Amino acid sequence: MYTLFLCWRYLRTRWIALASVVSVMLGVATMIVVNGVMEGFTREMQGRIHGILSDVVFEANNLEGFPDAAGHMRRIEELAGPYIAGMTPTVALPGQLAFEVDGQWQTRHVSFIGVDTTTYGEVSDFNRYLRHPQSRKHLDFTLHEGGYDLVEGEPDTLKNSGWPHRRQKAVTGAAKSAVALPTAVAKAEQPPPDEVVIRDGYRYRRVRQAPQPGEVVAALRNPFEPLNNAPQFDPSKDTGTGVVLGLGLARVASADGKKFLVLPGDDVKVTVPTATVPPKPSSDTFTVVDLYESGMSEYDANFIFMPLAKLQEMRGMIDRQSGIANVTAIQIKLHNDADGEHVRNLLREAFPGGYYSVHTWRDKQGPLLAAVGMQTVILNILLGMIILVAGFGIFASFCMIVAEKRRDIGILKSLGASSAGVMSIFLSYGLSLGIVGAGAGMLIGLVFIANIQWIADLIARLTGQEVFDPTIYYFQEIPTVVEPLTVLVIVTVAIAIAVQASVIPALMASFLKPVEALRNE
Amino acid sequence: MSDMRPLVEPRRRGGTGAAGAPHLVSAPVGKPDDSAHIAAVRLTKSYRKAGMEIPVLRGVDLEVRRGEFLSIIGQSGSGKSTLLHLLGLLDAPDSGEVQLGGQRIDNLPMHKRDWIRNQELGMIFQFYHLLPELTALENVLSPLLISEGIFSYFRNRRRHVQRATELLEQVGLGHRLKHRPSELSGGEMQRAAIARALAAQPQVLLADEPTGNLDSETGREILRILRTLNDQQNVTIIMVTHDRAIAAEADRTVRLARGSMEVA
Repeated sequence: MYTLFLCWRYLRTRWIALASVVSVMLGVATMIVVNGVMEGFTREMQGRIHGILSDVVFEANNLEGFPDAAGHMRRIEELAGPYIAGMTPTVALPGQLAFEVDGQWQTRHVSFIGVDTTTYGEVSDFNRYLRHPQSRKHLDFTLHEGGYDLVEGEPDTLKNSGWPHRRQKAVTGAAKSAVALPTAVAKAEQPPPDEVVIRDGYRYRRVRQAPQPGEVVAALRNPFEPLNNAPQFDPSKDTGTGVVLGLGLARVASADGKKFLVLPGDDVKVTVPTATVPPKPSSDTFTVVDLYESGMSEYDANFIFMPLAKLQEMRGMIDRQSGIANVTAIQIKLHNDADGEHVRNLLREAFPGGYYSVHTWRDKQGPLLAAVGMQTVILNILLGMIILVAGFGIFASFCMIVAEKRRDIGILKSLGASSAGVMSIFLSYGLSLGIVGAGAGMLIGLVFIANIQWIADLIARLTGQEVFDPTIYYFQEIPTVVEPLTVLVIVTVAIAIAVQASVIPALMASFLKPVEALRNE
Repeated sequence: MSDMRPLVEPRRRGGTGAAGAPHLVSAPVGKPDDSAHIAAVRLTKSYRKAGMEIPVLRGVDLEVRRGEFLSIIGQSGSGKSTLLHLLGLLDAPDSGEVQLGGQRIDNLPMHKRDWIRNQELGMIFQFYHLLPELTALENVLSPLLISEGIFSYFRNRRRHVQRATELLEQVGLGHRLKHRPSELSGGEMQRAAIARALAAQPQVLLADEPTGNLDSETGREILRILRTLNDQQNVTIIMVTHDRAIAAEADRTVRLARGSMEVA
């Protein structure tokens, strides 16, 4: 009983010892904050990666892809049917995108993703990232009459883009070409559809190109077949096939705010290699119908979505006799509780590895997620060191306290206190200090996390330096996730270190001979 | 102080269980009887300092009868404090025995010696040695706290607090219950220390220069308390002092010189 009583009394009367646990408190608080932010960051990243990628990606190892997507899907269904919620065939193809900014053509190297409009939305969360409410419901690659959603900091040109933007542009474009000199017209005018713009050094060169055989076949069945081959193509009424651009391409952020390079309603030129050997460029004019922002800059600047059939046709992937088209990948969505790795292994066993590869979305971004995980581990090791150092602080101040309390220890022993009892006074003192320090640290950490945005803003205002630059990290707010288990582990470890630090001083106290402690000086 | 009520209640313990039980059977209240209550048999003790063996006690024999008030005098360094520490089981002799009620106690296991220190022996020191963090009342309670577990303490708390309060009232500190040692005078601290020594109702009181740090008037007051305890409750008292006048208050005085006992 006296051990608890004295421990409690020391705790209440000896404030100086509490100073020694300040470092424990700070260490615990920092660890909780860092883990919360890292976990939030990881979750956010995973969410974004997963948003674009489906659960499992079944893909060909080459750009030619494999024929008969329906047959493959049937086979996959047979193998892993119970786990699968949905599948959609896609084609991914590198190519070039050219768009006009202030009368200048800009070309980018990008990846085109051909998606099946009916099933893609069911398999991935992609539609969620689109800007037009109707597209979010169902992506059909048609141009909308304005009404695009804005994000804070964007100019409202986006809001009324779409058809109104396109009509206005057609009017001004016609006016321009009417007044401009012939040479200037040639520059500003969009190149004819059967020409392709190739960047040659620092100049653009136009190359006349023969129509691809696939185009002719596809023109018969493709509902999205652009009308721009038709002589009466009127930009104020007609559009090319729809494409969806990422904001990483379409928008730039500068010091004076965000600016759109391309808006829905603008025409862009798409060039992809044909499936012939050697490949030849195959180009067409498309109309931007919507923009997306997944938050993964890698995707937003690279991936351009278009209807599957159109991409297959441009690439020449459709067999002329049978009409069966190749696809390069099948995206598979699993049921919520299904194990992606299990499905991946099932498919890997059944399909030859040389030709097909199967990945989960995690595998796809493995290095990135591993890097974030590694950072978390290293930060935890470093912060753990802080708490360890704090442990040595406790050790030192406990040695001082025991030295100072020599006489009291002797008194207690002369009153019949056992060595174990004396030891447990100091052990429970260490335990209480650990609990106080870790508990206060936990509170501080949790309060810090709860107000992290406010604190970041404050620091930004004081230093003039953005803590989490949204243009780099893509986060409007700092993401945090408090994992109760993590907090528990941190607090327990901190308390354990505090107790460990008090073991040696407590042993010193228990070995103290009462006579030596009580000798009259 | 003649109106003091008994500080030590008559014992109601059976002779079972604890080591050295036979001596616990209550002795008749009155003047010293003939049985040795606490005894030292050929005690030797030496300290090692800078590699030199310095003998402090060279075979001390001492027998104190139940209810006797003995004073030990000697010069500084004569080993009288060491002898008291050996009798109080705060230190172990190099050879010889310490006996309580005819039974050897210096070689008992640690926990039994702890128990005897707590229950059978009360100690008073020259420098009072109260715990500075505790109030006077809590200091007096501390031997009871040590002997009780958490649950039994809370069960008996009221009784213990009542006893500690009574003890403090009897030494004249009823108005100082909540005061810390730093707020008490020397005499008050020593009186609180006596109350603490009596808290567990020991039969032997070991006093190490109890008046050494007090002025003569306060010292005499402390002595009167000890005298009363001895007279009224038959507590065996061994008091170490270097002052002949103080020693004269006791029933018997022995002198310790150069590590062995002489009749004063």
